[in-house]
Amino acid sequence: MSAVAASKAGPGLRLTLALFLTPVVLWLGLLIVLPHIDLLIMSFRMDPSFGDEGWSFENYRQFFAEPIYWLTFVRTAGYSVLVTLLTFLVSLPVAFYVTKVVARNTSRFLLTMLLLPFWVSELVRVYGWMILLRESGVLNHWLTGLGITAAPVEMLYNDATMIMGLVYTSMLFMVVPLVSVLESLDDSLIEAAYDLGAGPWTIMRTIVVPHCMPGIMSGAIVVFMLTLGNYLTPNLMGGKNSLWFTEQIYNQFIASFNWNQGAAFGFLLLALSSCIIWLGLRLTGQKLSRVVQ
Amino acid sequence: MIRSLPRSRGYTMGYGLYVALYFVFLFAPLAVTCVLAFNDSQFPSLPWKGFTLDWFLADLPARTGIFHDRGNLSSILTSAQTAVLVSALATLVGTCAAFLFEQEEFPLKGALYFLMLAPLVVPGVILGISILIAATTAGTFMEDVLGIDVGILRPGFWLVVLGQFSFITTFVTLVVSARLKKFDRTLEEAALNLGATRLEVIRYITLPFLRTAIIGAGAVAFLMSFENFNTTLFLVGSEPTLPINLYLQVRDGSTPVINAISFLLIVGTSLVACVNLYVGRRTEVSS
Repeated sequence: MSAVAASKAGPGLRLTLALFLTPVVLWLGLLIVLPHIDLLIMSFRMDPSFGDEGWSFENYRQFFAEPIYWLTFVRTAGYSVLVTLLTFLVSLPVAFYVTKVVARNTSRFLLTMLLLPFWVSELVRVYGWMILLRESGVLNHWLTGLGITAAPVEMLYNDATMIMGLVYTSMLFMVVPLVSVLESLDDSLIEAAYDLGAGPWTIMRTIVVPHCMPGIMSGAIVVFMLTLGNYLTPNLMGGKNSLWFTEQIYNQFIASFNWNQGAAFGFLLLALSSCIIWLGLRLTGQKLSRVVQ
Repeated sequence: MIRSLPRSRGYTMGYGLYVALYFVFLFAPLAVTCVLAFNDSQFPSLPWKGFTLDWFLADLPARTGIFHDRGNLSSILTSAQTAVLVSALATLVGTCAAFLFEQEEFPLKGALYFLMLAPLVVPGVILGISILIAATTAGTFMEDVLGIDVGILRPGFWLVVLGQFSFITTFVTLVVSARLKKFDRTLEEAALNLGATRLEVIRYITLPFLRTAIIGAGAVAFLMSFENFNTTLFLVGSEPTLPINLYLQVRDGSTPVINAISFLLIVGTSLVACVNLYVGRRTEVSS
């Protein structure tokens, strides 16, 4: 039946293929493939102002030779893993509560409330934390007012606050996939386990988490990628000591104007993020195309 | 444990408390930002000195409200123009991509699909620098070889549009594809058998079916573009978009004008979000 329809519309079909294919190929070719090839080429060349136009590994050698560069890189990667883990631990109970514990009509409302803040620009949310936490901030006003602390404490510009800010920024990308996998988990499985004598912890470990694995993975991938590539939150909440790798890239491009070095840094960050995502997919045996759905 | 099972009192209370704290954590920064937009003080901080609309309306030497703040107003305009263009382009190409991957067969389809997903896992900063480098290379090439100066390829409005378009289109594609998967293809076959051409089928049958998904994707694309920071940071020229402009102000100290802008943004995006959720739910019910 469908073969008949297809053959009847033969030339038309080729026309629509061309019509749909052209913009997509232009988009992916000119704006995704070509720029990344150019990034790679740039990273293997020297700054033309040094006169040397040939290929070289100098930019990568520089990265390993200068501890501040690779330490920042390792630190960013480590903290991104930590943020991903923390985001998961904070979000799972909330996602479970919203989908399984609370009454069904309240669930809809809570879910909407959960998503609402994330429609607002990241900058506004970070700014909110800044006026809450800084030395002249709202929290300090209350703490000194209540006599808990004698003098205002600077709560911004340290690693703990930066991590909290990154977790806050990423929560949505964990909660949404978790909610959608939890909704597909049949309540009777949990009831059966309960009837057979399993406690909450056992149920979590043997039923809920294994069932949620695809959601956990897709959430973790997005959170990790966004944290690794975040610039705003470390820059504004971590202050001068944030040492986030994206800032190194920014400095090379905008401050030092050494694009070749910056390109090498960018490529290293891209490689790291791709590797960890690939590893995560391999470990849980999933495909990228399934995870993003 | 779950709603159908008996729970101990302590467990229920403890769990409820955790979720309540989570919501406080979630809304605290936004609530504080909004409230301090109306504080009659030179700084966005407590103590509360009384209610004022100065940070929206005033045009005094010491206080310039947002509606008289030229710098911020023009960055809002730039952001709006960018977002309109980006969402229109991304919706157009994203819908094409959805049709391409859902309804057409061609060699290397799997590879192209994988490439389409790539912007999801490429950090925005990297996308920004790649496009900046590629545009500069192309611009230099044009100038050296062809002797023409192409302004579009320099950091500025059009490069920002291209940069944002390059990854927002992926989101549109995924949203429209998800809807297209639910489409009953026998409807198309019936129309084809009755003599319609493929384009007529798309125009009169498939596109009306996709309408709400396309509008929803367009709205999300608009917001993503309006709020984008990471990619835009490297591509922006002399006309900053609102997030970039706000970032520069926040970095160098803050005035309650930023709170006023934030308040407007929060109200505006919440409205768009609510409309989007409402429309999405209605189509869910009707389909």
